[in-house]
Amino acid sequence: MKNYDLVIVGGGPAGLAAAISARDNGIQDILIIERDDRLGGILNQCIHNGFGLHTFKEELTGPEYAQRYIDQVLERGIDYKLNTMVMDISPDKKVTAMNREDGMFVIPAKAVILAMGCRERPRGALNIPGYRPAGIYSAGTAQRLVNIEGYMPGKKVVILGSGDIGLIMARRMTLEGAEVKVVAEIMPYSGGLKRNIVQCLDDFGIPLKLSHTVVDIEGKERVEAVTIAEVDDHMKPIPGTEERYECDTLLLSVGLLPENELSRQSGVELSRVHKGPVVNDALETNVEGIFACGNVLHVHDLVDFVSQEASQAGKNAAAYISHGEKKAKRVVKLNPVDGVRYTVPEFVRPEEMDDTVTVRFRVGAVYKNAAVCTYFGDKCVARRKKQIFAPGEMEQVILKKADLLADPDLKEITLKIEEA
Amino acid sequence: MAEEKKNLTCICCPMGCQITVTLKDGEVTDVTGNTCKRGDIYARKEVTNPTRVVTSSVRVTGGEIPMVSVKTKEDIPKGKIFDCCRAIEDIEVPAPVKIGDVILKDVCGTGVDIVATKNVAAR
Repeated sequence: MKNYDLVIVGGGPAGLAAAISARDNGIQDILIIERDDRLGGILNQCIHNGFGLHTFKEELTGPEYAQRYIDQVLERGIDYKLNTMVMDISPDKKVTAMNREDGMFVIPAKAVILAMGCRERPRGALNIPGYRPAGIYSAGTAQRLVNIEGYMPGKKVVILGSGDIGLIMARRMTLEGAEVKVVAEIMPYSGGLKRNIVQCLDDFGIPLKLSHTVVDIEGKERVEAVTIAEVDDHMKPIPGTEERYECDTLLLSVGLLPENELSRQSGVELSRVHKGPVVNDALETNVEGIFACGNVLHVHDLVDFVSQEASQAGKNAAAYISHGEKKAKRVVKLNPVDGVRYTVPEFVRPEEMDDTVTVRFRVGAVYKNAAVCTYFGDKCVARRKKQIFAPGEMEQVILKKADLLADPDLKEITLKIEEA
Repeated sequence: MAEEKKNLTCICCPMGCQITVTLKDGEVTDVTGNTCKRGDIYARKEVTNPTRVVTSSVRVTGGEIPMVSVKTKEDIPKGKIFDCCRAIEDIEVPAPVKIGDVILKDVCGTGVDIVATKNVAAR
């Protein structure tokens, strides 16, 4: 097996952008390892449009967006292995992988970029009562069946969860002739984009029931009916509000979780909030030389931001391979409070960081007429007003190196949402 | 013709303003409920000429995968979405297919072509 300086685990949008950026920053021997039979990751099944508005100033479909990055990887002659599963990453960055041609092999890498993406939360994570018949799919599985395999999972559909994939699948299955009866969302707001609610539900008269959840699934071999009910402030179903829908399919669009089995094995510390690795301003984990980006780090709303973040990870991994680890002179912790659920990165190194560092985060509820405020210690140094903050959208603040250097006693930066 | 009011949800940001558009003889006379200019522009277009890009997938014969994703090259009138889907549901194209290949010309008399959005190599 050839030797590689940089191994990138995952050939989706994050892995592709990281590879391109690492090459452009001087790293020759790069290997992308992808478990599917083509590059592009989940974008291959996201055939709807709306991708790339920030990056390319046009609305591309998922496969088109992916191809723009695949082409750049091919132009640069970057190596990749398809149908290859990474089994283990050791703390000293030995990557163990296997496929049909090479069998099991080990690559001792100088740096590793984690770009494995995320998984859908399955039924088992939800505690839905009722039988376990056929006909219950995650929205992403249904998306793959319809768009890639060419099968329709069902004809009469109820959807639980109003995440964007569920909304997109409501439209997709309607256009393919299915009847989508209702979308139930347990929260009092939808986690999906307004655009998707209007263009995937309203356009087709599909009702969205907020503060509702599934309380029963009927059917022994196949789903026959689903009962939903309204929930109270504690998310407990309210007796007497049950509504029964005859259907043969239940789709679940109930959230995404970063896929971090490999990160865990390699000793990478994970965030309890965003479930991805804890990283510094270079997107480097607590394990020296292991970087993370994209949905394995934290679940993004737009792929454009995945690509941006991954480019940064690729550049930083290249610097690490070329110059080694710079010992941090001091570390400033980022402290998310009052509506800010988490930050990525979790801490920054003022002396070593780039001129600017983008801090990404999500809010925990809908906030209207509010401001995101940045505090250096007790002092508010930045305040950005917005008409609305919503949990479905990723937010960001940009930290300037110069500001941090000007404050040599700085220990902690607090981000919070305040009334405007 | 009498005055007519249409209600819609703005899609320009997560606010999702509930906008009311007043039309007289098919002409927009008033837009209310929007918080910003983008809402006004969206609402006027949406009530007078709503359009959408339609995306779907069609079968490929002899390809490495069984389906190729497609889209209308430009947006088409919202009222023609279902006709467009029916027009392409029985189409089969032989591999290889490249992004941008025309799958069907002038779908449903819209003047807009259906084009491939994925590369599919021959098996």
